[in-house]
Amino acid sequence: MSADGRNGPGRLNWYPGRGAAEKAAAVLEHQDVEGRSLWRDAWNRLRHNRAALASGILLAAIALAAIVVPFFWPYGYAEPHWHLLDQAPTLTGGHLFGTDALGRDLFVRVMWGCRISLMVGVVATLVTLAIGVTWGAVAGFMGGWVDALMMRTVDILYSIPFIPFVIILMVLFGRDLFLIFVAIGAVSWLGIARIVRGQTLSLRKKEFVEAARASGVSNGAIIRRHVVPNLLGIVIIYVTLTIPTVILFEAFLSFLGLGVQAPMTSLGGLVSSGAADMQSYPYLLYIPAVFLAAIVYCFNFIGDGLRDALDPKDR
Amino acid sequence: MLKYSLKRFAGAIPTLLIIVTLSFFMLRAAPGGPFDMQRAMPPQIKKNIEKMYHLNEPLWEQYGRYLGNIVQGDFGPSYVYRGTTVNSLIAEGFPVDLIIGGFALLIALGLGIPIGIVAAMRQNTGWDYGPMALAMLGISVPNFVVAPILILVLAVELQWLPAGGWAHGSPLHVILPTVSLAAPLVAYIARLMRGSMVEVLNSPYIRTARAKGLPTRTVILRHALKPALLPLVSYLGPAAVGIITGSIVIEEIFALPGIGRFFVNGALNRDYTLVMGVTILYGMLIIGVNLAADLLYGVLDPRVRYQ
Repeated sequence: MSADGRNGPGRLNWYPGRGAAEKAAAVLEHQDVEGRSLWRDAWNRLRHNRAALASGILLAAIALAAIVVPFFWPYGYAEPHWHLLDQAPTLTGGHLFGTDALGRDLFVRVMWGCRISLMVGVVATLVTLAIGVTWGAVAGFMGGWVDALMMRTVDILYSIPFIPFVIILMVLFGRDLFLIFVAIGAVSWLGIARIVRGQTLSLRKKEFVEAARASGVSNGAIIRRHVVPNLLGIVIIYVTLTIPTVILFEAFLSFLGLGVQAPMTSLGGLVSSGAADMQSYPYLLYIPAVFLAAIVYCFNFIGDGLRDALDPKDR
Repeated sequence: MLKYSLKRFAGAIPTLLIIVTLSFFMLRAAPGGPFDMQRAMPPQIKKNIEKMYHLNEPLWEQYGRYLGNIVQGDFGPSYVYRGTTVNSLIAEGFPVDLIIGGFALLIALGLGIPIGIVAAMRQNTGWDYGPMALAMLGISVPNFVVAPILILVLAVELQWLPAGGWAHGSPLHVILPTVSLAAPLVAYIARLMRGSMVEVLNSPYIRTARAKGLPTRTVILRHALKPALLPLVSYLGPAAVGIITGSIVIEEIFALPGIGRFFVNGALNRDYTLVMGVTILYGMLIIGVNLAADLLYGVLDPRVRYQ
């Protein structure tokens, strides 16, 4: 996974660090040294990765605004103001980001767009996760011909270009939010299935699993206590990196006019209609584009930071 | 290697069959048909049209007929562009995609690889952080945002380049679509290249090469480059998918006569044969690129043996 091999800024000053001498002394004197779990370690590394931390804060702010603002904002996302068409952004007029060609308040529309985009990203990724983890874990745990058959299916599906199929699906069966979740989720689970299967396969043979089995731990407890925690890291990384690709894919569909149904909108739809009017009113393009890029940028940075923090191979 | 290639080609046949079958039945299951007009057609005329295109036959018979035709390389007549075959539409549109897609890939490799190498050599300095932050921006800003902004600045404001159209592939018309298509790819490739280069540069044989006193140039070009390129070869398949996806929106934005537009318009108009023809072509392209990537892998890495 560590294609990037990036070293977080906090990497170097974290390991021996201050107080190393005291700790060493504590070990020598057989005092209790606080143990460091994988998660503790990871959190410490993540905390020192300023880019990831800043991204997390920005993303949380955008998400919070997207959830909260539509509740109290005086304008609705579909509410036209015929006397205020294509009004430029202003701090005083009430329409913070201005209005679009139908006089609808752009600020609240952008907030709704963020809402929809984030929701599609998260829900479709959960669908991906549910299918992919189950498929991969079953294949990896069963092994033998079951594994061979299941992974062969994944191989075949992998070589099918799914984009045309999603487009066909969206065009033919209507532009339904639920359909978007299912369609995107159903076609993007292959990667995670492969990763989970590979991890499970190698975990199954690890000494600590062997030891657990030898001491009479049940299969369920082995999976819960030994397999899942070891899968969790890689799954979390994968999830944070899948969400932005899903958001971009939804934006791509919306840009082609195949996303959510108007007057509801998503960031891709806003970019699309902004691009149509950009010669006279460039802010209609720039504002949603900035939000879309910021969300995807933050997720990517967090994903990168998590990968640095959680990938044990890099230690 | 020839045997391996032939085997892989044979292996691609079931995949293609799945693509054909899935798209055929998905399209037929959808509500609406290619000859549903705003105004109702007299039933006799509609019947005649359907008979002409064999749409009145049972579905299985249509499917068998279609399979028989595409085996002979005939994708049938377009339902919406009257009097044209899907083959001629593809022959007309595909060169457009080949030009912008091919150039985009060349630009992406030509820029991405050197950027990645420099970033890896100057790890954790401004030469690393700067380009990598930019690359992160590149993969976060989709090409349907890059393209309108480029048009706005370079075509509308500065008027250096045309804002759209194809003009039989005049170089000026090719620049903007190619650049917008290449932008995310450059970013991906630079990141990938940096990562694999960092890993290679940390390996013992590079230390040996350095210890021998070889100049950095030789170490990088003769020893490090080839193994560092391997992950890039595996990326060729996803890159092809990215170019295909990107070309669909890029064609829309720049009003280019490529097959991506045929595809979307075809789907909107229920032009079954056109949509299927393009889907199959996309499938063959991706399978072909993946095969080429596997073979290239063997050329670069002598440890890989084909059976």
